[in-house]
Amino acid sequence: MPESPTPKKRPRHLGAWVLIAAVPAACALAFGYVGGWLAPQRLTPKRLVDQFEANAGVHPGYRRNHAKGVCVAGYFQSSGQAAPYSMAQVFASGQRTPVVGRFAIPGSNPYAPDNSVPIRSMALRFTQANGQQWRTGMNSMPVFPVATPQAFYAQLQAQQPDPATGKPDPKKVATFFAAHPETAAFRAWAKTAKPSASFATESYWSLDAFVFTGSDGLRHAVRWRMVPQSADDDSAAPAADADYLAADLRQRLSHGPLRWKLEVTLANPGDPTDDATKAWPADRQTVDAGTLVVESEQAQDSGPCRDINYDPTVLPSGIQPSDDPLLPARSAAYADSYLRRTSEEAHLPGTAALPAKAQPEARP
Amino acid sequence: MKNTTGLFALPARVLHWLMAAMILAMLFIGVGMVASVSERHAWLLRIHKPLGIAILVLAVVRLAVRLRYPPPPLPADLPMLQKLAAHASHWLLYALMIAMPLVGWAMLSAGGYPVMLSDSLRLPAIFPAGPIAFAVLRHLHSWLAMLLFLTFLAHMAAALYHGLIRRDGVLASMIARRRE
Ligand code: HEM
Ligand code: HEM
Repeated sequence: MPESPTPKKRPRHLGAWVLIAAVPAACALAFGYVGGWLAPQRLTPKRLVDQFEANAGVHPGYRRNHAKGVCVAGYFQSSGQAAPYSMAQVFASGQRTPVVGRFAIPGSNPYAPDNSVPIRSMALRFTQANGQQWRTGMNSMPVFPVATPQAFYAQLQAQQPDPATGKPDPKKVATFFAAHPETAAFRAWAKTAKPSASFATESYWSLDAFVFTGSDGLRHAVRWRMVPQSADDDSAAPAADADYLAADLRQRLSHGPLRWKLEVTLANPGDPTDDATKAWPADRQTVDAGTLVVESEQAQDSGPCRDINYDPTVLPSGIQPSDDPLLPARSAAYADSYLRRTSEEAHLPGTAALPAKAQPEARP
Repeated sequence: MKNTTGLFALPARVLHWLMAAMILAMLFIGVGMVASVSERHAWLLRIHKPLGIAILVLAVVRLAVRLRYPPPPLPADLPMLQKLAAHASHWLLYALMIAMPLVGWAMLSAGGYPVMLSDSLRLPAIFPAGPIAFAVLRHLHSWLAMLLFLTFLAHMAAALYHGLIRRDGVLASMIARRRE
């Protein structure tokens, strides 16, 4: 039987009351620390995505990076040659897997002219017959400038436009590069890179490493690259049109599908899997995993790629993330960006209104 | 069937403490993973989804246990308002431990993600894909989690109050340590 309670105020109750207040308070403090609210110095996805917005403004409904792009659709035709290394259904011999993709240019301004950066990107979502998915986002460069999310954040901060000039402060950018020698390989590439006239003639690299697992249980560190089958006619980008990439894509697709070969590179023991600034030696074994066939395109405001988060850690069984520190950071930041833009699409209170109609505006 | 032991039934006690640990862990895992860009984000998310679905399954079992074995009555002299608060918060906790995993599952479905509980185990979608549904459900997941955390804090404070101040056997009825 419960005893009869006589909660008389006696001094020994003081300790009890303190405990009753202190235990939940300690719990709440721990929660606040783990949740980042009480740890303002921690790099969080929110701070990363806020920095994209600080650099280019808020463009409601658009991705916070690679904001300007176009949706595409097609399929992947497996050659079967990657199947011994990965049991993912997408690589099974003869398998054809539908793909919804997106070409884009990096940067957070959806109205940036296409020749403002020499980099193009390809994002793909493969939907396997068994319902599992493989999502990947690749860039048209052989190495990434930085190896860690902290360095990426520092780079974004260094590139934030100076309110006085509207352009990044060259001194800050120089200071960043001086403090980050790992950017050297990327900078060497960027020196000679020029904005291509077409999405169709570019190679797209995974940059991050992944791990393939075969049905034999063996694990293989890999990177991959989409190699264009369209000839690079080396035509200069038409300077007059800011949106020539979408126009070129439309024009090419009106003549027929575009193709890329998926080339998977297998690491040798010791090749770095946690450092996207370091290319692997050129003599590594590569496997031609199959052909990506892009058949159609659609504007990103209404196309099926709009509401896809190309989180590179959404993977089918047979492909896993490596120890590359960029991968979890990308997953976390893309989710934050995705929530912001879908919240804007949903017109949730506190979100900025969508532009009435996507119009190119004169922005540098 | 009336409870005459003054204790919660054994399955109810086991489920209570097991799920208390799981749910508290889930709350910390949840806020920790969305505030991290490190490997922690990846491995916490890998725990979060299967653990959340396990909570859903256990919550259903627990609800059945709750209906099958009525809990011991609250002390007769407990003020009406406190009784009301106790009952309301208990039902809120049951509702949230079922709603949280369902919302998590539905929001991933609405986001068009495959709901993977492991490298190869995939749950079917329980909600049509769409950006509006995703955004609403994703925010709901956060707000309900905060509500769950606050309800848990109040619940824990009340349990300590019963155990340390009132010493009325309420805390003991869940610990199975009868006071002489
Ligand atoms: C820590 C480093 C990185 C951060 C913080 C970051 C951040 C972002 C964000 C916020 C988005 C928009 C996502 C969305 O709303 O759906 C995005 C898109 C994208 N990122 Fe990254 N990124 C990083 C590294 C990389 C790397 C290494 C690659 C290349 C392999 C890459 C390739 C892409 C591509 C291709 C897209 C466009 C996806 C699409 O078209 O939807 N990113 N990035
Ligand atoms: C008792 C069950 C659950 C609890 C207490 C819980 C709690 C949480 C919390 C506190 C967060 C962080 C919210 C924020 O601060 O924004 C979160 C995020 C998340 N939860 Fe849950 N959750 C539960 C079940 C589930 C289930 C069953 C799933 C999926 C199957 C799920 C998927 C997710 C995902 C994917 C995120 C992060 C989304 C992002 O990165 O934006 N949760 N959860």
